Amino acid sequence: MIRYLAAILTFLTGAAAAQEEIVLGLSHDTVSISTDFDGSDILVYGAVKRENPIPEGPPLEVIVAVSGPTERMTVYKQDRKLGIWVNAESVEVDEAPSFYAVATSAPWTSVISAVEDLRHRISIPKAIRSVGAPDDVTDAQAFTQALIRIREKEGRYRLDENTVNMREETLFSTSVSLPANLTEGEYTLRIFLTREGAVVGDIDTSIIVEKVGIERWLYNLSRLNPLAYGLLAVAIALIAGWLASAAVRLVRNG
Amino acid sequence: MQIYLPIAEVSVSLILLLGLGTLVGILSGMFGVGGGFLITPLLFFMGIPPAVAVATGANQIVASSVSGVMAHLKRRTVDLKMGTVLLVGGLFGSAIGVYIFNFLKTQGQVDLLVKICYVVFLGIIGGLMFYESVKSMMKSRAGKRGKRHVHVWVHGLPFKMRFRASGLYISAIPPLLVGAAVGILAAIMGVGGGFIMVPAMIYLLGMPTKVVIGTSLFQIIFVTAFTTLLHAVSTQTVDIVLALALILGGVVGAQIGSVIGAKLKAEQLRILLASLVLAVCFKLALDLFLTPDELYILAEFGS
Repeated sequence: MIRYLAAILTFLTGAAAAQEEIVLGLSHDTVSISTDFDGSDILVYGAVKRENPIPEGPPLEVIVAVSGPTERMTVYKQDRKLGIWVNAESVEVDEAPSFYAVATSAPWTSVISAVEDLRHRISIPKAIRSVGAPDDVTDAQAFTQALIRIREKEGRYRLDENTVNMREETLFSTSVSLPANLTEGEYTLRIFLTREGAVVGDIDTSIIVEKVGIERWLYNLSRLNPLAYGLLAVAIALIAGWLASAAVRLVRNG
Repeated sequence: MQIYLPIAEVSVSLILLLGLGTLVGILSGMFGVGGGFLITPLLFFMGIPPAVAVATGANQIVASSVSGVMAHLKRRTVDLKMGTVLLVGGLFGSAIGVYIFNFLKTQGQVDLLVKICYVVFLGIIGGLMFYESVKSMMKSRAGKRGKRHVHVWVHGLPFKMRFRASGLYISAIPPLLVGAAVGILAAIMGVGGGFIMVPAMIYLLGMPTKVVIGTSLFQIIFVTAFTTLLHAVSTQTVDIVLALALILGGVVGAQIGSVIGAKLKAEQLRILLASLVLAVCFKLALDLFLTPDELYILAEFGS
């Protein structure tokens, strides 16, 4: 009987904690990569559902984080040996998202505290997981920083502050732009509601990015039947070369 | 206008790809080199992953070489017999080369070795060709002709064969060895090997320059087709869409190039090729010695 009551109690407090719930909408939840794919913008919009009036105090803030499939990477540091730059020390990064974009409704430091960021792994450095560097590497931190720096330069990692529009602490919207050099896979979209730097609500959903049409067919063939794919590649090259010289001859003679 | 490449998984400008293909096609038709030594680094700069650039470069060279050979066949400037002998050596060589490449890969630092290979070979060959062609240009300007046939130790070996189109009666051993050596280097450096083959034919085998180009292209078709197949099966990095874009530009370029090539004198042709080889060598050497902007490099785990 006591156990039964305890269960009800936890249920009730759980419901009380989720006073502010997110209702989410996406302009589209699949991205098709066709031959002329040139990036894609996804409109993320939502509303905050609540039973009670808006609590007093600091305003509600929103964080939208989109993460691509994670990969295992090696980061090399180059070093000069005998006058030549060679790959020297290396650190393995166990999980690095191929794409990571964070959008917020206010400057980063005012939307979330460091502790909450660490718990939910929202900011770019927290989204990367690197377990232990070899003993001979003293500054493992520099390697993950380099990874972030390089990917930020490539436009793969982004922090866009103040890009989520928030109206009346209830309606929010933002646009997530996915770049043209996108990797296939399942992308996770996470939304966090924060108040005074603490997460008060969150929701996640996924966006499927996949190749379609001829892109899909070629990719599958290259993986499932590589010999046929190779023969096709050589055949196309032979025919194209022959056709071109035949065409030039026709033009010259005619 | 952007085009998405299914294997490279990047989106690049189609116009840029077509332009690059045309440029390399012109070189291919003019000099009888596949252009791999040029197209591969240029694809890196466009953001194509290195493995895809190497494998797809080989595929593109198949097409530009076919197109070039057709033009040369019509002008009867292909020594089919010599080409076949070189090819037999070449296929053995590339098989050995792929083996060495995979061995180096397990030892790490393969990128560095490939780059050093480039600098050393491009430097030696470019330098030699430049020196020779300047010398022969000076001679022809002075009204003297260089000796047509020089008798060296190469001509004393057994298994002699007559190569009518080249006007040679030499042993089959040197062409087999040249083919094999070029095949090894080609597989390690991920190129057709024309820039090594052409000078080797001129200076080691003593073939006339006009025949050298067509014959080299003929041999390159088979070596690069073989390389493409090997890459498609083992590394799965051949991108047909990328290859097709490069080919479209390349086949047109090769025709233009072979017309230009026919109008230039042999010495001028050699000096141009030598300058080009030296320029690429210089650029690669700079990259090895100068402090890079970014000290760190990313690589997929295990590659």
